[in-house]
Amino acid sequence: MLRYYLRLSLKSLRRTPGLTALMVCAIALGIAACIVTLTVYHAMSGNPIWWKNNVLYAVTMDSWGADEPHDPQHPTLAPPQLTYTDATALLRSSIPQRKAIMTQMDGMLSGAPGQTVPMQALTRATTKDFFAMFDVPFEYGGAWGGNDLDALPEIVLGKRANDTLFGGTDSVGRTILWNNNRFRVVGVLRDWQPLPRFYDVVDGAFEPPEDAYVPFSWITTLRSVPSGNMDCHTSVAISNYQQLLGSECVWIEMWAQLPSAARRERFRAYVDSYWAAQRRAGRFPRPLNNHLTNVSQWLQVNGVVSSDSRILLRVAFAFLAVCLLNTVGILLTKFLRGAPIVGVRRALGASRRQIFLQHLVEVAVVSIAGGVLGLALGAAGLVGVRAIYAQDSAYGLLAHFDPLGVAWALALAALSTLAAGFYPAWSIGRLPPAGYLRGR
Amino acid sequence: MLKMQDVSKVYRTDLIETHALRNFSLEVKSGQFVAVSGPSGSGKTTFLNVAGLLETFDTGIYELDGQDVSRLSDDARSRMRNEKIGFIFQSFNLIPDLDVYDNVDVPLRYRRMKAAERNQRITKALELVGLASRTKHMPSQLSGGQQQRVAIARAIAGDPALILADEPTGNLDSLMARQVMDLLEQINEMGTTIILVTHDPELARRAQRNIHVVDGLVIDSAPYERRLGADERAGAGGSMPA
Repeated sequence: MLRYYLRLSLKSLRRTPGLTALMVCAIALGIAACIVTLTVYHAMSGNPIWWKNNVLYAVTMDSWGADEPHDPQHPTLAPPQLTYTDATALLRSSIPQRKAIMTQMDGMLSGAPGQTVPMQALTRATTKDFFAMFDVPFEYGGAWGGNDLDALPEIVLGKRANDTLFGGTDSVGRTILWNNNRFRVVGVLRDWQPLPRFYDVVDGAFEPPEDAYVPFSWITTLRSVPSGNMDCHTSVAISNYQQLLGSECVWIEMWAQLPSAARRERFRAYVDSYWAAQRRAGRFPRPLNNHLTNVSQWLQVNGVVSSDSRILLRVAFAFLAVCLLNTVGILLTKFLRGAPIVGVRRALGASRRQIFLQHLVEVAVVSIAGGVLGLALGAAGLVGVRAIYAQDSAYGLLAHFDPLGVAWALALAALSTLAAGFYPAWSIGRLPPAGYLRGR
Repeated sequence: MLKMQDVSKVYRTDLIETHALRNFSLEVKSGQFVAVSGPSGSGKTTFLNVAGLLETFDTGIYELDGQDVSRLSDDARSRMRNEKIGFIFQSFNLIPDLDVYDNVDVPLRYRRMKAAERNQRITKALELVGLASRTKHMPSQLSGGQQQRVAIARAIAGDPALILADEPTGNLDSLMARQVMDLLEQINEMGTTIILVTHDPELARRAQRNIHVVDGLVIDSAPYERRLGADERAGAGGSMPA
């Protein structure tokens, strides 16, 4: 019967091309608006390392001054970064299964075979566990080894850098200059771009991936000044590198891999005891406010998903609801217009269920057509977003279709339209046939 | 075949109650050709709708083919309509965007017949009404008489025990009306019970029985001799009023 209903649906839709086009367009517009906002929202709010959500923790400690909190708008939050003193002290703990400290650097890569112009390379200075903690995929080689605070001059290249400098070949073992200092390539990453960039939301949750990763200890060896965010609560002038390292300025992110509650509690106690010892030594005038924050909470407390996006998402769904309400109205009108024929079918033996199914199939056909058109419009909308935000890497990176997005869109189209068409299809099946036969 | 006893049907609105059928009693035996006549608003069509299970009734007993239908579910009523009853309407009620073949196919589809059996039945029904060569024609491409013959083919394709015809010649000229009546008589002779609603006395006379309905009541149920009806038609020169 399904094929029969499908045939009847196509005939019925062809009978009223104007109404059909109106319905399909209404659904398509609603779906397209939702696709665009959902895609951006999903990318912004998604947890790119959800499988380790309750294993990875951002480590924060309130080292801020007594006068006011780090963020007066959120006074309960500790600064999202640590001082060099605290980060390196906590890094010495053996409690975490893995731990990493990191900061963002500007870098120049040069010295590759045939390279004439240095390549500007966004760089992450970090410790070796960074790669294993965050499940960073390697194309060639792996992370550097050795002691975190006394590493060899080794570098891991991002895919873009390796493609540019070595034509995408295995460059492990080759030597390259990072800010004019010789580093040996030990690893090359595959295309890796977690969105949002959860491990450093302070320097931009939607920034492009780094081109190079160098051992953290080397930036102090080379006295390189970080290019990422740095907050200081004292107005003491910093005149040399040693003063920077000893200052109360926060500029280092720290993450710890704590797979069990027991390990988590032990590390929390370790951080608290370190804090207490420092306080006794005259630091940390503010009350105890240390946190171990998992990834999803970290994204939330740092406002990665803007309230604008949430409002936009609500508006898009409201728009879809309006489109669907219009579709309900059009479907009711169309189905009621065909009521005399339904009366004939009922007289000839069609049950209410059969009439309902016949009309539901028609709704499904409209839904599929609306969904497909909506998908096309949504894709065009995302191209538009990319074009408008071409200068803004965040939206530019986000505005692309992913398979999950397409699945969402199709499910949304099918479910919402079927839900919208259920009532008209049900209503038409309940019509008393005799009344409509008489009027025919 | 059909037995109604004290069947009543009242249409209610906020302001008025209309008694469409009042203690309506009628028995039609299998194979009979019965004409139901009466003035407009007398309850003829309501009777036909109740008899055809298109409407429910308020009180009384109605048995169709030996089965009490008053408590049947909507599904069961639909199935009974599909298997036991064929409808012929004054305005043909063909589905405009289906061709002749597909129109006749409609009741068979709801019976979930296999394609081969459906095809056999459709072909046979269309041959009987003389339209076997018009299967691909759309209703709008046919004359009124042809459309009514398609409707008759649709009514008989499922081989129903009872055909309910509501003014089947009302929209036809006299020649076509006669052809349709001849066809109905032919179908009746093959054993199908026919109940024909009409207010045309000439048509009523061609039936075996003539039921006269006034104000929802059966006033008269006098039997007609079909032979006599045929003689009278012959005396009138064979013409029939439209």
